[in-house]
Amino acid sequence: MITTTKPAPRLRATATSAPRARRPLRSWVIAVAAYVIAVIFVLPYLEMLIMALRPNSELGLATIFPKHWTFSNFTTLWSTGLGGSIGTSLEIAAGATIIVLIVSLPAAYCTARRRFRGRTAFLLLVLATQMFQPAAMLVGIQREFTDFGLPPTLSLIVVNAGFNLAFAVWILNAFFSSIPAELEEAAMVDGLGRLGALTRITLPLAAPGIVTALIFTFIAAWNEFLVALTLSLGQPPSQQPLTVAINNYIGEYSVDWGHLFAAGLVATVPVIILFAFIERRVVSGLTAGAVK
Amino acid sequence: MLAIRRLTPLLWLSPAIALIGVVVLWPVVVMVQSSFQQIGGEGFVAGYNGTTNYTNLFHEPDFVSVLLRTLIWVVAVVGVTMLISLGLAQLFHQRFPGRRVTRWALIIPWAASVMMTALIFKWALDPNVGVINVILNHIGVVKHLGSNQADWLGNPTSALIWMMAVAVFVSLPFTTYALLSGLQGIPGDVYEAASIDGATSWRSYLGVTLPLLRPAILVATLINVINVFNSFPIIWEMTGGGPGYETSTSTIYMIDLKEGDVGQAAAMSVFNFLLVIVIVLVYLSTTRWKEQVDR
Repeated sequence: MITTTKPAPRLRATATSAPRARRPLRSWVIAVAAYVIAVIFVLPYLEMLIMALRPNSELGLATIFPKHWTFSNFTTLWSTGLGGSIGTSLEIAAGATIIVLIVSLPAAYCTARRRFRGRTAFLLLVLATQMFQPAAMLVGIQREFTDFGLPPTLSLIVVNAGFNLAFAVWILNAFFSSIPAELEEAAMVDGLGRLGALTRITLPLAAPGIVTALIFTFIAAWNEFLVALTLSLGQPPSQQPLTVAINNYIGEYSVDWGHLFAAGLVATVPVIILFAFIERRVVSGLTAGAVK
Repeated sequence: MLAIRRLTPLLWLSPAIALIGVVVLWPVVVMVQSSFQQIGGEGFVAGYNGTTNYTNLFHEPDFVSVLLRTLIWVVAVVGVTMLISLGLAQLFHQRFPGRRVTRWALIIPWAASVMMTALIFKWALDPNVGVINVILNHIGVVKHLGSNQADWLGNPTSALIWMMAVAVFVSLPFTTYALLSGLQGIPGDVYEAASIDGATSWRSYLGVTLPLLRPAILVATLINVINVFNSFPIIWEMTGGGPGYETSTSTIYMIDLKEGDVGQAAAMSVFNFLLVIVIVLVYLSTTRWKEQVDR
């Protein structure tokens, strides 16, 4: 990474100076195309907002925008028990994130620093978990965790941690590998000790990777739907995670679209903002395993 | 002392191995075991019944059509996603004012839960008041078809096409980002050399960019195939796989079987599982993965 960016300034200088003459028009065409595409990507979620602000009395009107706008779907949302679901989702996402960090940090550090027999086998095992999704083994997960008899929230914490471990291990492994071991050794010579070198030198340098793993796991667990639906079936809505509870607005004969989309916004807007922080590093975590 | 040193990696790895064992490996064992058992919808195990679940499964009248539909679903969704993403990646790789903001817009369907995106489209396709029909009505498209409303999700063919479109929509951000990171890895002097040799921009794209992008394309395709094969929320929310099983893929079919016959659902899961492994292995060998990706 560091070595490839070094010669870049010289190259960039020659690249930009030559075709300057026809630059403006071309870059405006590109910009406009990109803006149009960006708007297309936002539109469905804008429609979600429009629906959440539409009064219930206008749900039957065939208009793009409502005649009146109302905020009441958001204020009455809490009387439908959504607060409890948000709490449950927070517990699951935070619990899974903490487990993933505790488990992946030592594994990633060890595989980055040491060469030992079974290292490749372990990394392949981790890669396999990324390839097998919960949907493929739902019957097994359901039967196993029903046998355990754990409360659904706890089961969902463990399952989400397991299926997001791979991402964390790969991205942390890449970060630890890029930090020279000499740096730690120098710190140890200076009297920091092994633990001191780890906490004062290595972990701060790997912080971007840790934050990425943390946010990614949180979002994935927050959005997870299938296992949540299977394991929290029959629970009172306040003890179901958000993704499942939102489906309770869909009745047999009618759908409470206003509350559904208001709750949907509450569920999606925070994770979209979180995702913007890790945007650029996510791809490397998802593809590193397959490339190495 | 030496023996202890050799065992320390195990100490560091054991939490991860334990977690993978409990969450990923053991469910596979339970699943394979269940596929040879007779289990009612309530989860009551009535005992082993050999390969009955498998023979029953293969004789289900919808089995073959569900498999074919799954194949079309995966190939169409992944194929269209890759094509559009190649274009998008090329576009967002350029420098232009406001690029950061447009890239943020691009990630929204990735960060949002797929279930919510599916529900928006379900609403937007409502025959009477859905915004897509309202707009089409304004333009006059739906009227030309001889009616002022279109029940897109009520007809299996149009429902599948719309659901594929939603599946492409939610797959685009990751794929585009994967290809973007591939494009960033191509050094600029390669293009300089190509333009000195007189290559036009289209020729240099085919001759230089695409071959160098191959590893990124292969990895993105593989991850997409696995995701799209196991995709659940879109079909579940928009049609529930119906009418009948006419819009079910094998994942939806398996989940529906689970309601009535857990043993047979387990057999279907094992079958799906093997299918994915075969698809991945065939893909890896036809693309000569190791030479391409390791380089």
